[in-house]
Amino acid sequence: MTTSRLFAADGPGLAEHLRQFGALPDSADASLVSRLDQSGLTGRGGAGFPTGRKLASITGRKAVVIGNGAEGEPLSHKDAQLLSRSPHLVLDGLEVTAAAVSADKVVMYVPASAVSTIKRALRERASAKVDRHRVTIIEAPDGFVAGEESAVIRRVEGGPALPRDRTVLASTSGVRGRPTLVNNVETLAHVALIARYGPQWFRSVGDPSEPGTMLVTLAAHETRSVLEVPTGTQLGDLVGHVGVTDSGMPRAVLLGGYHGSWIPGTMITEARLSRAGLAHLGASPGAGIIHTLPMNQCGLARTAAILGYLADEGARQCGPCLNGLPRLARLFDVLAHRRVDEGLLAEVHRMIGVVDGRGSCRHPDGTARMARSALDTFAADITHHRHSRCEAALASMPSTAHSRHQTSGTR
Amino acid sequence: MTTPPTPCIRVHVDWTRCHGRGLCTELLPRLFGRDDWGYPIARDGAREPEVPASDLPEARRAVALCPRLALSLRADSV
Repeated sequence: MTTSRLFAADGPGLAEHLRQFGALPDSADASLVSRLDQSGLTGRGGAGFPTGRKLASITGRKAVVIGNGAEGEPLSHKDAQLLSRSPHLVLDGLEVTAAAVSADKVVMYVPASAVSTIKRALRERASAKVDRHRVTIIEAPDGFVAGEESAVIRRVEGGPALPRDRTVLASTSGVRGRPTLVNNVETLAHVALIARYGPQWFRSVGDPSEPGTMLVTLAAHETRSVLEVPTGTQLGDLVGHVGVTDSGMPRAVLLGGYHGSWIPGTMITEARLSRAGLAHLGASPGAGIIHTLPMNQCGLARTAAILGYLADEGARQCGPCLNGLPRLARLFDVLAHRRVDEGLLAEVHRMIGVVDGRGSCRHPDGTARMARSALDTFAADITHHRHSRCEAALASMPSTAHSRHQTSGTR
Repeated sequence: MTTPPTPCIRVHVDWTRCHGRGLCTELLPRLFGRDDWGYPIARDGAREPEVPASDLPEARRAVALCPRLALSLRADSV
């Protein structure tokens, strides 16, 4: 089921990298946009925009190219793993992209944990004279929104890693008004492979509408495992791969992380990991996070905890998000842990509508999407909670995770 | 003869500037209500609500008078 493209080299050094992949072809940058268009590569940072079109949108002078390795999502680990195991593939992608758009400034934006690996890799490349562009490393702070495009741009300008209000695209006006291209590090690694092996090779695996491979993080409890799989892989196979539950089926799966969508565990055999393969469930693969909720955990309680986290992780810049997310989190807390009535449910729905679409970045929108999907997926649980019961508590007892539910009805 | 497409004017709120003073909601009551904390909320739920031609003068006033300079008008020809 797994494919090894991005992790094919024997180690993270330049020697292993060149032994496995060879050098980038000399004129790779000249045909890059058309090759990317033909390849069908889409951004692997979550938004899934066609990479070729994104490159082609950079037409101005003195362009800035940024490799984005900030992985603020706690459930995701794929970018960290890619940077530590295949830094040269990412840097190749950055180099060829920078050449293709005649970049004037090239940046690797990575968390503290990856800085030394990237430094070492850049030193190796400097001695081997691999790159024509000088790469600046800028450390990405922790924080859920630190990898958002406008936050990345602000940080690269020397400001805080917080989103900003935008009325023009970064490709027109990004870092200090210059045309700016921000690409996820996994996207860049795929670019490096397409530059070598071509679009047909890239398309030879995966869902034809969105081909190639993608990295996924299987996030269960405290464990995070990263796999490279063809797009369109059946979700049931992936979830089974880690053996997350005794019964083989999770209660539910959160796809795309904290800004993603919950789907019921019963649907995983009908879901494939691509936009086309998830559209009928109202979900999308996002940045490849697959978070499983075991049978003995309550989805409403889990969602309430995630909402509390997201409320804390806001940039505290936009009123509706700053006020609305904590309110929404508290409402879900009541929904999960106290007696539920019609008024509470109506208020939850209203508050989701109040936050949705009302911020400078998509933090409130993503939070609203996740909350809505929880109301759909855990609709049966809501009914149970109304009667002071909880499916998770009934599924397995006793455990601390659901003891709160069992006592809640007696308050 | 074809008529040229009417440009559609939308109001953009810079949420990082807006403090919910509410002036825009008074000048443009058909476009904006106020949320639980006083911030403008588009009645049609749009991210950037469309300004009907009859409201354009008031929309321009709102942009000029917003004490936080949080409003702008954007034209798109959709």
